[in-house]
Amino acid sequence: MKQPKQRTSSTAVPTMDAEAIRRALQRIAHEIIERNPQLTHVVLAGIPSRGVEIAQRIAAFIHQIRKINVETGVIDVAMHRDDVGTRFELPIVRESKLPLPLEERTVVVVDDVLYTGRTVRAAMDAINSFGRPSRIQLAVLIDRGHRELPIRPDYVGKNLPTSGNEKVKVQLQETDEKPDAVWLEREP
Amino acid sequence: MAGKGTMTTRWTRKDLLGLRELSADEINFILDTTDAFKQVGTREIKKVPSLRGKTLVNFFVEPSTRTRTSFELAALRLSADVINISATTSSLTKGETLKDTARNLQALHADILVLRHSSAGAPQFLANRLKASVINAGDGAHEHPTQALLDLYTIRERRGKIAGLRVAIVGDILFSRVARSNIFGLLKLGAHVTLVGPSTLVPREFEKLGVEVSYKIEDLLPKADVVNLLRIQHERQRREYFPGIGEYIRLFGLTKERAKLLKPDCLIMHPGPINRGVEIDSEVADGLHSVILDQVTNGLAVRMAVLYLCGGVSG
Repeated sequence: MKQPKQRTSSTAVPTMDAEAIRRALQRIAHEIIERNPQLTHVVLAGIPSRGVEIAQRIAAFIHQIRKINVETGVIDVAMHRDDVGTRFELPIVRESKLPLPLEERTVVVVDDVLYTGRTVRAAMDAINSFGRPSRIQLAVLIDRGHRELPIRPDYVGKNLPTSGNEKVKVQLQETDEKPDAVWLEREP
Repeated sequence: MAGKGTMTTRWTRKDLLGLRELSADEINFILDTTDAFKQVGTREIKKVPSLRGKTLVNFFVEPSTRTRTSFELAALRLSADVINISATTSSLTKGETLKDTARNLQALHADILVLRHSSAGAPQFLANRLKASVINAGDGAHEHPTQALLDLYTIRERRGKIAGLRVAIVGDILFSRVARSNIFGLLKLGAHVTLVGPSTLVPREFEKLGVEVSYKIEDLLPKADVVNLLRIQHERQRREYFPGIGEYIRLFGLTKERAKLLKPDCLIMHPGPINRGVEIDSEVADGLHSVILDQVTNGLAVRMAVLYLCGGVSG
């Protein structure tokens, strides 16, 4: 598991604090409600590990606003990646859990950071192996640009222009056991 | 799923040769990875692209149907291309050495070699010489790591843990690679292991590994959480080791009468193929204690995990 470095690192620029993250996810919840009149058909499918937590938080906001329990799921992408064997580290595979059948449903893929788009492509592949949802949408906390595939998010918490040698670090209480925060780190 | 590890270990091995050399963390890592691959079998499309473009060679110098088929299906579900070579179709019958056969496979750019061989150490020999990943599918009386891993996975799935469980392994231990791999794996994960069988097939030397040895199955059945029955390999005519099948059944067979001694939640396992009426009665093999078919399902998932991990480690 990647452990984000301490924020005290001299090259780390704080970008979002806990309150900013809370507001961003609440806004995404509102947008999902607006875009999906049939909310009961929506599944929020998080990409492990932070995407799963973000999906749950969005579901909680939707419940606060509409008193509707939107289903959540986990979508493993490790075994659907196109770079197995070309990277030094083998991604850890985790179990996928999606409510079935997916037909007639809208699956909202949820992740923390959108970068090249390859993870999202793998997620779409994985979803298709479970069935054929009516539509797939994409929600991300951070869009940092540099897409390598024709993929765009439907819901964005924050657009964060970055350069290639920067890293976006997301830290969430539940997954990292440290307070919610996002910051930008420059490679030394 | 029960008994999840923390998934902090990294997999760095290109080969899986045996459980003796693996750490408890590595074994748990394979079992955790298996959870994810078991789930793939329940999907509408039971295939993932992890090993797309890779070539797997199933090289079985000893006959085997279930292990070979399980590896083949596992590889197909990971989108690898598969070639099967058996002893009779290979040039081994024309006098080619194992090393030359393997070098030829490497020249074809095979990425993963699954090897079943009658000589202990053959997979190690090839792993040291080939760039390809080598997976031991059983070598002599040495190890059969994927069988033990699927046994461990099945126990963990049913009981939620392995540490502290009492496991009895019954039968032909002396010649059994399944027993050896199970002993290494079970001990590393903290189970208590007792071996049971005729003294000729269960020598006291095994106690040096850290297991108990017993010659009376009735003593063990009431305490056991798992009973793993090994197949009596009667086709190998081991008459010098015990007087006959009838005597074996009388002393060590898991008959329906003996099964009454079992705890209600005891698991009956068997690597297959089962000899109904020899090491196990039909009623017991098909009964509530039996997880024999779970083992088959889990074997596929375990082999997918192993192929993914070893095949995915970049050379």
